[in-house]
Amino acid sequence: MEQSRIRNFSIIAHIDHGKSTLADRILQLTDTVSAREMREQVLDTMDLERERGITIKAQAVRVRWKGYQLNLIDTPGHVDFTYEVSRSLQACEGALLVVDAAQGIEAQTLANAYLAIENNLEIVPVVNKIDLPAADPDGASAEVADLIGDDADHVLRISAKTGQGVEAVLDAIVDRIPAPTGDPAAPPRALIFDSSYDQYRGVVAFVRVVDGVFRPRDQLRAMALGTRFEAQEIGFMSPTNLPVQELHAGEVGYVITGLKDVSELRVGDTLTAEKNPAAEPVSGYKEVKPMVFAGLFPTESDDYPELRDALDKLKLNDAALFYEPETSQALGFGFRCGFLGLLHMEIVRERLEREFDLDLIVTAPNVAYRVRAINDTGWTEVHTPSDLPDSFEEVEEPYIKASIIVPKEFVGAVMELNNGRRGHFDHMEYLSPERVHLTYEMPLAEIVLDYYDQLKSRTRGYASFDYDVSGFRPGDLARVDILVGGESVDALSLIVHREFAFERGKSLVEKLRQEIPRQMFDVAIQAAIGARIIARETVKARRKDVLAKCYGGDISRKRKLLEKQKKGKKRMKQVGGVEVPQEAFLAVLNLNETSKR
Amino acid sequence: MALARHLYVHLPFCSSRCGYCDFVTVIGRFGEHARYVDALLREFELERETLAWEPETVYLGGGTPTLTEPRELERLLRALPGSAELTIEANPETVTDELAALLKRSGVDRVSLGAQSFNATHLETLGRAARPDDVRRAFAQLRAAGIDNISLDLIYGIPGQTPDDLARDLAEAVALEPEHLSAYELEAKPGTRFTHAYGAELERQSDSLETYFERVVETLDAAGYRWYETANFCRAGERDLRARHNLGYWRGDDYLGLGVGAVSTLDGVRHRNAPSLRRYLEALERGVRPPRELEELTPEIRRTERVMLGLRLDEPLDLTGLDAALDSRELERLTALGLAVQTGRTLALTPRGRFLGGGVTARLLA
Repeated sequence: MEQSRIRNFSIIAHIDHGKSTLADRILQLTDTVSAREMREQVLDTMDLERERGITIKAQAVRVRWKGYQLNLIDTPGHVDFTYEVSRSLQACEGALLVVDAAQGIEAQTLANAYLAIENNLEIVPVVNKIDLPAADPDGASAEVADLIGDDADHVLRISAKTGQGVEAVLDAIVDRIPAPTGDPAAPPRALIFDSSYDQYRGVVAFVRVVDGVFRPRDQLRAMALGTRFEAQEIGFMSPTNLPVQELHAGEVGYVITGLKDVSELRVGDTLTAEKNPAAEPVSGYKEVKPMVFAGLFPTESDDYPELRDALDKLKLNDAALFYEPETSQALGFGFRCGFLGLLHMEIVRERLEREFDLDLIVTAPNVAYRVRAINDTGWTEVHTPSDLPDSFEEVEEPYIKASIIVPKEFVGAVMELNNGRRGHFDHMEYLSPERVHLTYEMPLAEIVLDYYDQLKSRTRGYASFDYDVSGFRPGDLARVDILVGGESVDALSLIVHREFAFERGKSLVEKLRQEIPRQMFDVAIQAAIGARIIARETVKARRKDVLAKCYGGDISRKRKLLEKQKKGKKRMKQVGGVEVPQEAFLAVLNLNETSKR
Repeated sequence: MALARHLYVHLPFCSSRCGYCDFVTVIGRFGEHARYVDALLREFELERETLAWEPETVYLGGGTPTLTEPRELERLLRALPGSAELTIEANPETVTDELAALLKRSGVDRVSLGAQSFNATHLETLGRAARPDDVRRAFAQLRAAGIDNISLDLIYGIPGQTPDDLARDLAEAVALEPEHLSAYELEAKPGTRFTHAYGAELERQSDSLETYFERVVETLDAAGYRWYETANFCRAGERDLRARHNLGYWRGDDYLGLGVGAVSTLDGVRHRNAPSLRRYLEALERGVRPPRELEELTPEIRRTERVMLGLRLDEPLDLTGLDAALDSRELERLTALGLAVQTGRTLALTPRGRFLGGGVTARLLA
């Protein structure tokens, strides 16, 4: 199709602000999906039930409206996927910015709206849910208009639920969003904005064709990674995939690659043809690196192979997921996994538990550190606290730019929280007379533990929060080891700012003392930085442990008691000659438990 | 098949039930004593061939055996086979000159007196009928009747019992110069009336209770008693005053048990008579064995029990044939920790190992 009749757009919205409902309504109005076929929220295909009939993830849907081809490109909804979002946005010329008429702008919307503005997208502001009794369309319109520097009259007011105003949205897409402007005659270039894995056909790339034409059987190359393959099939989704013979400049579609490993094809990379290669890739590719790490261990050690298989399978659809085997004295065999952020971690954990029916222990997460050894110029990444050397020249930790939107009465509470978390105040502005946008520079490490919970409880749930990793900075950091019976427990080591080392060490040692049952000898529990002990507790030795009476009538019962005791012993882990029940480690380590503190 | 050399006879009758007790007991029912003794003797006939003609020990336990109507008790004692040790358990409030004389003339040569405490408040807490004076009086009456082997039962760790209270109880007991003492920590079993009433208080006391076992052993040791089993002490000297009947259990000997709820271990099989008095009586009145539970003792179980029971004693355990039951790495560790000592083919626990005997045994077992 002529590029002048193509419009490519995304929908930017906060969770629950109506992105999926609006997408559904668009599919219906354009007859892409008949009412009979209509299932709610066709675009969300994670749910296996809804996946039936749609063989690959509908990451981009083509619809027709008044002679135009509109491509709706889905964006991941969360900060952890900022890079993916930015690639999706790069594939568009415009975006619908959808805001709930009752809720107004949220931090997440803001972050993505800024991303869209940075990518020079034409923004079509939409206020949704105007049918709700609590709706304040005027207030929300003013906020949105203010944000993007537009006129409030320009903000579309709709109810995606009832369909009111949705036709006007489609018209605005055609009228306001520019057509693509690639070169149809140039060597082919296509931006990969997403990928998925089909067990029969291998890696499927979702692409926006920038220049030229792509055809099936073309020999293609990913320009950054250098991966070569033959396009087995090309096509578009509407919403099921429809193969075509050509994908032209400006169009959006999929390429079935036959590749067996998602890591061979990265989001942000550029596809080109081997025969007629482009000189330059589409700009903006970078390799995303996991920033948050945690140990994943099966609750039952027998489940280790299942966990490995499940991670292998997840990885097929999630190139950002990183994992390597990890062995812990305390928790046995498992994996150290790297995630883009906390939500990514939550998603992976949930999918492992829900889709693969695994019972998992997730250790308290830590961030990626980089360390420079003494007399060395190179940096080494450290993903596990116990891997940080005792002495080093310098260590750096990732920092974030945190963005928080709160009603003004909670500004003080948020500032207090952030100051206690090594946050540096950056900026404050009023989005409206009632709502304030705060930005902070903070170490990522300060938010990975229980920051969300704290923020929520201190703002009675009103705060919305978002962050973007801004780079590594030096930190006055130290590794705190926890020793049981003089032996360091690998899984309990942590890297903390020296200022908090004593406090954290002390609380861990205290907690562990409560969890470790008394033994036949005194057990020292210590927190140490290098050779220096910073906190110490003792589990006093038992002084008696006997079955009081044992005569003819008692023998069987006593024997059974003893056998039970013996079975309990088998479930204990030996650390420094001390028997520690797995539960004790869990209480200290488990993410759920830790965040309750 | 080797014949059992130990006979246990259970007499379940009590005047009231003590809150902490978990034995098979029957309250009151004086009219049934004769019926019960008939049933016991009938059961004995049925089992006679499993017991040596002249067993080494006979033990009458309860319940409160001395609560049994004197005429019936005497009939029972006379019908039982002669033995080298005939023990009966007695509660102080049941002891009279007449009873003491009856026991003596019926061949009883050892009495285990359920004193439990010499503190009136604590006796009440335990739900005991006897007062401190009853204990002393009963002891004197038994002595006067010529019983020269008396054991006192003591309970420690009673709610409200301070270390000083414990010291006084021990001093009172030692002053009577019994040949033998049994000292048990009070077991507050979950769900019992007793635990409901006193559980919280025991919990509060738990740090101090932790030391009571050591105090008991130290005090009795200083008073010249041998700590020959986890909870049992005998006067040291020429005469071996250990409880021979109980030694049989701890050494893994076979034994025949008669009576409601009684347990026998015979030739690799353990059986327990049903705890219902009615069913016990009715079965034997029909001339058949009472309903009972059977438990097969595999060689593995027997090894486990040998270790579990043997390590309760102060005499070294002969390890011959027991290797499969032991975890050799743990044995090394426990030895290194000073809790166990291995000499050639025998194993013994050190005093500290004996204080922790339960945990030590659990570790030692493979």
